[in-house]
Amino acid sequence: MRVVLAEDLFLLRDGLVRMLEAYDFEIAAAVETGPELTRALAELQPDVAVVDVRLPPSQTDEGLQCALAARRERPGLPVLVLSQHVEQLYARELLADGNGGVGYLLKDRVFEADQFIDAVRRVASGGTAMDPQVIQQLLSRRAADAPLGGLTPREVEVLELMAQGRSNAAIAGQLFVTERAVAKHTSNIFLKLDLPVSDDDNRRVLAVLAYLDRGAN
Amino acid sequence: MNTSRVRGALLAAAQGLALALLSLGVSLTLFILTVLSMAFILLGVGVFTTPLILKLVRAHANQRRLLAADWSGVRIPVPYRPFPADLRSGVTGQVEQCSLLMKDPATWRDMRWLVTDMTGGAIVAFLAPGLFAEGVFGLLLFAGLWKPIGTYWYAFIRVDSQSTAALAALLGCVWITVATYLNPRIVKAHFKIAQASLAPGQGAELTERIDRLTETRHDAVDSSAAELRRIERDLHDGAQARLVSVGMDLGTIEALIEKDPAQAKQLIAQARKSSADALTELRDLVRGIHPPVLAERGVGDAVKALALRLPVPTEVTVDLSGRPDAPVESAAYFAISEVLTNAVKHAGAERIWVDLHHREGMLRAVVTDDGRGGAVVVPGGGLGGVERRLGTFDGVLAVSSPAGGPTMVTMEIPCALS
Repeated sequence: MRVVLAEDLFLLRDGLVRMLEAYDFEIAAAVETGPELTRALAELQPDVAVVDVRLPPSQTDEGLQCALAARRERPGLPVLVLSQHVEQLYARELLADGNGGVGYLLKDRVFEADQFIDAVRRVASGGTAMDPQVIQQLLSRRAADAPLGGLTPREVEVLELMAQGRSNAAIAGQLFVTERAVAKHTSNIFLKLDLPVSDDDNRRVLAVLAYLDRGAN
Repeated sequence: MNTSRVRGALLAAAQGLALALLSLGVSLTLFILTVLSMAFILLGVGVFTTPLILKLVRAHANQRRLLAADWSGVRIPVPYRPFPADLRSGVTGQVEQCSLLMKDPATWRDMRWLVTDMTGGAIVAFLAPGLFAEGVFGLLLFAGLWKPIGTYWYAFIRVDSQSTAALAALLGCVWITVATYLNPRIVKAHFKIAQASLAPGQGAELTERIDRLTETRHDAVDSSAAELRRIERDLHDGAQARLVSVGMDLGTIEALIEKDPAQAKQLIAQARKSSADALTELRDLVRGIHPPVLAERGVGDAVKALALRLPVPTEVTVDLSGRPDAPVESAAYFAISEVLTNAVKHAGAERIWVDLHHREGMLRAVVTDDGRGGAVVVPGGGLGGVERRLGTFDGVLAVSSPAGGPTMVTMEIPCALS
């Protein structure tokens, strides 16, 4: 799988390159500025881009803007955005086109190499990887605004993991239950929240995220 | 003579009468009270009465400033020095307050104004209804009033017959005509007199400006020093300590890794958790110093991102064509953030609206909430702090918060966008 990596801090870029290579990713390019990223995304056609929000030369959210622009050119281009901080505002912009294939994670998540690599693979295959902090913010806002349609605590747990973009199998592993139990919980959640049922995992996650984000308005 | 002019003149006559009564009644009373109270300072009692009476004087002067702006469009600046935030309470506080008031040049200008107001001001104001009354009296003489009165001097006319009364009526008409044209100007003249007495002269204005700059600079230095101390303490007790513990854990792991791999593994997990905690703490610290969204996107999106973090539904409208300078942007952000925190914590608001826009060289933020209201700006309080911090940028804060709500806090900072 070919990756374009954009990160301006040498130590982090180097560490990410080594980690990704250790998990058999091919680094198509590791760049440090916004213009370089834009060029690499256009020319190299990677399977997934791992991008730091803040990039030189402007040191603003240049990485995010480049990623969004590239996705407008090539809808669905898988992009995993990394940042020192997560903001619902940015998550919303990434999800806005409804195409999936986006990730938004704190840089700290790199510590858990397995989970991080899982997130990269998920995004590359058109899935979603939302940082638990984003989901927590969404859930707390939603809970303050309107209760979550009478979900049981366990269902809220499943909802939280589902919104992060985890598959049923991953959720089952995390909660120490069977996949069948998770499937039952998810169908209950969709029923209680009155969301359209879909067999496609990615559509499902996007529907949940859209539902949660509506509450935040 | 059109009706609107007549209506304006009649209104001005009423205004003049009201002003004359205010000048003669209230200004005179307050002047006597103030002089007495100041004299009693020597006896000690005055220390307690003077601040009270001066407060009344200021309210009285402020009312005239308001009327001047409302009735004649005459703007009189409000030059009172604010009390310092750390005003003591009790008797010492009273003495301090009294001495601060006595040292404020605005107090002495108020006194000067009370004297001009109860003399010249009152006379000028009285001209407006007086001209009308005199004119009407002339007409009444002509209508037959001269008979019961007998010989009467109407201005320079000796009225003792119907024909001389006719002359008086003619003069009365002249007075009424003059009043119709001049009355609004007479009221304005009254306010001009007040302006001349109340407004600081150029020298005084400069002195006041310097005082204000000295004060706000002092505040700025103070608060940035306090901020640095807080950051130092947070780093020292937080991230720094955690990194030390990570280092220690790594040392122990090095020693244990062959002897006791199981415990080494446990320590590795612990070290990883410490480093994650250190990152979380640093992230919170950074958010407090300069929120990342503010650096990346500017104040508009930073406020939007902040609104998304609040537990209360908050609607944010932003109309900015560029970004202000970084220090202004940061000051505006933290001011809005503080006001929002107040609305959530103290007002019990269920909805909040933020409107942020730039017009005519002013960055203006209006934060409205539907909470219980009753918010006041007190020195040393949350809103007082916001006011002081905005002061560094010549910004101002206005609070409208009747009991029962809604609360509307308006902040303005002069700045250009780039």
